Amino acid sequence: MSVTVYVPRDASALSLGAEAVAEAIAREARTRKAEVSVVRNGSRGLYWLEPMVEVQTAEGRVAYGPVQADDVPGLFEAGLLEGGTHALSLGLTEQIAWLKNQQRLTFARIGIIDPRSLDDYLAHDGYRGLEAALKMKPADIVKVVTESGLRGRGGAAFPTGIKWKTCHDAEADLKYIVCNADEGDSGTYADRMIMEGDPFVLIEGMTIAGLAVGATVGYIYLRAEYPHARDALHAAIAMAEAEGYLGDDVRASGKAFHLEVRMAAGAYICGEETSLLESLEGKRGQVRFKPPLPAIEGLFGKPTVINNVVTLACVPIILDKGAKHYKDFGMGRSRGTLPIQLAGNLKRPGLVERAFGLTLRELIEDYGGGTASGRPVRAVQVGGPLGAYVPASRLDTPIDYEAFIEIGGMLGHGGVVVFDDTVDMAEQARYAMEFCAIESCGKCTPCRIGSVRGVEVIQRMVAGNAAERERNEVLLRDLCQTMLHGSLCALGGMAPFPVISALDHFPEDFSRAVEKTGA
Amino acid sequence: MKRVASVAVLPKIDQHVHATVVEVTTRLKDQPGALLPVLHAIQDALGYVPEDAVPLIAREMNLSRADVHGVISFYHFFRTQPSGNRVIYLCRAESCQALGAVALEKHVKARLGVDYHQTTADGAYTLEPVYCLGNCACSPALMVDEELHGRVTAERFDAWLESQTTATSTESK
Ligand SMILES: Cc1cc2nc3c(=O)[nH]c(=O)nc-3n(C[C@H](O)[C@H](O)[C@H](O)COP(=O)(O)O)c2cc1C
Ligand code: SF4
Ligand code: FES
Repeated sequence: MSVTVYVPRDASALSLGAEAVAEAIAREARTRKAEVSVVRNGSRGLYWLEPMVEVQTAEGRVAYGPVQADDVPGLFEAGLLEGGTHALSLGLTEQIAWLKNQQRLTFARIGIIDPRSLDDYLAHDGYRGLEAALKMKPADIVKVVTESGLRGRGGAAFPTGIKWKTCHDAEADLKYIVCNADEGDSGTYADRMIMEGDPFVLIEGMTIAGLAVGATVGYIYLRAEYPHARDALHAAIAMAEAEGYLGDDVRASGKAFHLEVRMAAGAYICGEETSLLESLEGKRGQVRFKPPLPAIEGLFGKPTVINNVVTLACVPIILDKGAKHYKDFGMGRSRGTLPIQLAGNLKRPGLVERAFGLTLRELIEDYGGGTASGRPVRAVQVGGPLGAYVPASRLDTPIDYEAFIEIGGMLGHGGVVVFDDTVDMAEQARYAMEFCAIESCGKCTPCRIGSVRGVEVIQRMVAGNAAERERNEVLLRDLCQTMLHGSLCALGGMAPFPVISALDHFPEDFSRAVEKTGA
Repeated sequence: MKRVASVAVLPKIDQHVHATVVEVTTRLKDQPGALLPVLHAIQDALGYVPEDAVPLIAREMNLSRADVHGVISFYHFFRTQPSGNRVIYLCRAESCQALGAVALEKHVKARLGVDYHQTTADGAYTLEPVYCLGNCACSPALMVDEELHGRVTAERFDAWLESQTTATSTESK
């Protein structure tokens, strides 16, 4: 009988040699005349163990990792196909504490199923949300999403149900669903994992959104840096079309939903929803004034729902299991679960999906295992390049939208980037301004010019004596206020967050380089 | 966007470029918001979007030259000069910084003898900065064309570069 071996096709796993591992396994199996079928799954998100190979046994899936191609003959020798013991053995995958102590709702299937198999998706509760939605009135679908408490996972945390209702209520001959798959924030990769590891869940979520608001056309705006996700989506969309899950008559319901992937072109600002719409229309990605809201006048002037990948991927389970099931997870006004992405200097980086409410410390110490370098944690940037730097003294902050606003930051898309004590926070502040200057869409002066000035002022602070430093700090704080209040969108409006937090919590790093190094 | 058909005479351009632009625009121009897909397809086929093809693109798309030029220049991904045989996209963003991306950047630039946006003397590689590749759990990261690399160190970069040189020299034998 053929043994199933799983080797991820996830981009990060590939970046560590998963392709060579898959080839080595096929080769070794041929040599040994063993019947093996290799399934290319997504990643379980235990990235320090990638490439992680799993073998299906009677007891469940047994994991090994991190595996390199030249480990493969030895693994076969140790009885890989029976789940035999080897130096790289990790035991039963489901029993690995890091994974077991998670609450995977959105990521329930990722790493488990074959993302290129619609049958596998269906066998793991796939399309049950759509089946439920097809039996409901559009307004009732919107109601369920509203009641679930789901808030946008792309950054702004706006209630999804309210956005959908606005679009639902708008009268138009044509409406659109746009998926924001621009995932520009450093330290984030949850969108990528979903698109590569479970693309049908995104397609299902968008189809349900279409039914809810009366939209018949969907676009996935995908960043150019994600070729693997592009291929996975193309394959999945073709299968969904062939099986009647997309097209003129979705599941013989008489309702149409067409879906297309559109490639971005490397501009961070195009993750901002109105800039994204401009880009989809074939223009420069300049931010639009609001109102009108995209839900009323969006793509090509038509009512448009724009949601992040994770937001849309949450929808099928909410429709399948009900609003209450989802809402019962979480704390305060942050309901449900958040896929948190651990990155930067950590021993065990990876994807942790948990109900809102756990603390940064639990994430960094219990899951992350502390820094990879073994040095103390000094600063943690949460929420991407516009997120504040949190000092080690604030690690007890819970993962909750409101709690992060209180400490002058934001949870954003759930990226957590850890730095050890070798980090130079003045350099991080300078980089934040530089990034804003590079990526500014150019529409407002505080963002376009202010960020360039910000870089210069920080350089002068670091290079100058105490008086020079003080004078420039006043200038910098002033400049940050101007950007905070005078910017049209959050790029210019939040780029000061990392800068101010660096100034507030790590003032010593802005002293003269000579004083700092003691040279 | 303004629909200003260009009436000016088109400059003479390379036959192959001309044929590519016409093929791509004919195939894609009727979809809504077609300009980005068109530019992507041209860059996929030619490796870049030649400056002197802009008037032709504008005419085929029924847009002004300024519109087309404005879009090309807005997006980091589109290039108007040919690249080297392969493009190395090196991640400069925070997660990679936390694991030594700044030092890696210095090393890569020195080793290739180029700065960002430049091509090596032998035409083999163009170096471009990128702001996150979604490989932050395996930082530092870089991507060569569409091939992603993780946990890159100076030594691993050198070993990879060596393996490429060996591979091409055996191929050409
Ligand atoms: C500068 C900037 C960049 C953004 N980048 C992204 C992004 O890459 N992905 C994303 O989903 N949202 C991004 N957003 C947020 C979007 O504007 C918008 O809030 C989101 O797509 C709405 O979807 P949601 O409600 O499901 O989160 C960005 C916002 C700003 C201001
Ligand atoms: S803040 Fe910056 S990115 Fe945002 S609209 Fe203004 S110039 Fe454009
Ligand atoms: S920050 Fe480098 S891959 Fe994300």
